[in-house]
Amino acid sequence: MSESMIDLIYLASASCFILALIWLNTVKTSRRGVVTGVLGMLLAVVGTLLQPSIEHYTWIAAAIFLGSAIGIPLALVPMTAVPQRTALSHAFGALAVTLVGTAEFYMNNAHLGAFEMTTLCIEVFLGSLTFTASLMAAGKLQEILPSRPVTYRGQNFVNLGMFGVALAVAVLIAVNPSSPLSSQVLFPAMIALCMIFGVALILPIGGADMPTVISLLNSYAGLSASMMGFVLNNKLLIIAGALDGSSGLILSIIMCKAMNRSFMNVLFGAFGQVQASKAALTQKTYRSAGAEEAAELLRTASKVMIVPGYGMAVAQAQHKVRELFDILSGQGVDVKFAIHPVAGRMPGHMNVLLAEAEIPYDKLIEMDEANADMPQVDISLIIGANDVTNPGARSDKTSPIYGMPILDVDKSRMVMVIKRSMNPGFAGIDNELYYMDKTLMLFGDAKVFLTELVKDLSSND
Amino acid sequence: MSHEMISNIFVFVLATFVGLQVIQRVSPLLHTPLMSLTNAISAISVVGSLVISGKGETGFSTVLGTVAVCASMINIVGGYLLTYRMVRMFKKRSPKKS
Repeated sequence: MSESMIDLIYLASASCFILALIWLNTVKTSRRGVVTGVLGMLLAVVGTLLQPSIEHYTWIAAAIFLGSAIGIPLALVPMTAVPQRTALSHAFGALAVTLVGTAEFYMNNAHLGAFEMTTLCIEVFLGSLTFTASLMAAGKLQEILPSRPVTYRGQNFVNLGMFGVALAVAVLIAVNPSSPLSSQVLFPAMIALCMIFGVALILPIGGADMPTVISLLNSYAGLSASMMGFVLNNKLLIIAGALDGSSGLILSIIMCKAMNRSFMNVLFGAFGQVQASKAALTQKTYRSAGAEEAAELLRTASKVMIVPGYGMAVAQAQHKVRELFDILSGQGVDVKFAIHPVAGRMPGHMNVLLAEAEIPYDKLIEMDEANADMPQVDISLIIGANDVTNPGARSDKTSPIYGMPILDVDKSRMVMVIKRSMNPGFAGIDNELYYMDKTLMLFGDAKVFLTELVKDLSSND
Repeated sequence: MSHEMISNIFVFVLATFVGLQVIQRVSPLLHTPLMSLTNAISAISVVGSLVISGKGETGFSTVLGTVAVCASMINIVGGYLLTYRMVRMFKKRSPKKS
């Protein structure tokens, strides 16, 4: 098939990808968006297979079969595991990009121009660091690796140094790609350095920062695919990669804003370590209650705001939350869910969990809308969320989360917090919300407590 | 720099602008499906992988290309399927319990 014909197929494919993203912007059109995305990919694969330069199909067929066989179970993971699955797929994407870049380098390092060689170096650079960084992130999220931040003295210095050396090696390769030094020493060295750097980059990242980091890795994976397009002179690759890159970029900006932090601070800040000393400073008093009392109070409420957090996912409590929602709604209570942008371990994590539990999506509201509602809310019920409700972020200038936009649950008439114990959360920051007069602590595992709550609420009808 | 490279840079910059505009309109409700969909789209690297694998220039390049095709296919199949699963879960009304 002629080259221009294939280019037209690629153009159709790129258009499909853009339409897919446009249609993903509302729930109503989202299914159409996904189907269009599949069509775009189908066109891309068919167009490529029609290229005359492709002569051998056996290995391709085997790889397509094997990849599909691995891909299907990865698509069927429970919604609680979607963050680690997403990190893992960023790793696969980055692996593919790195391998193609490496093969291209060793096939063509004598023919490629300076510009292509530079983009190839960026491609392999980003690809190899994203590969190991994503594997690390997936390992931390799956808790195969310790999810606490791992820090040591001089860490930022070591990391930046490693990054600088890798960059210098990349420049040396780009300047003189066809020398034996480049192909035998420098190129493998660059890949190795980037891979180690990827690991080192994720070591100090804690769970609360994962939404930002996953978005950033998403962006890198896209950008490296785009760079591959420059090397292979393929505009479809450039477009699709740029779409993915900008998506990751926007999501990471949204995540950073939602935590009032900068990229640099997320990557080099080692959040979790900051405040260990300040907790347990004073013994303050708090009120606690059992399920029965909580049920009594909920029955008298007319407006309830539920604030879910990662703890809900850990306890697998989303289906119990749905039962609570059904009972309260059935009794005429107006129940809504306030979703903080960084609740959970990836952007939008809470929404998919609650949607899976069949909670109608128009009950899931964003932070600004929720905060406007707060003064009218009778009871806000916090399930497994902590920092995103901490009023210290508004008032306490010494708090590490000072300035972070929060859900103003302290402005509702009453606050209930389901929590395992008074231990400060993951980031080690004490939450003054728990000591307010209007706050009632409900101790226990979220799922167990909600089960009792639902039982009490339905028994006394 | 050749004319072709310049036109590639044009495409990259314009596609980035389109991406930024389109993505900003995506409802935060759908941010997880969005990431999973863009992840599947970035498996477009399958195009490069297929070319390297299918050319069979050297044994080394064939192996790398084939592994890359496999890795990309994992993301294509897994990514689209997961995204479809997720967007289907979003419902306006909770279904009546029998």
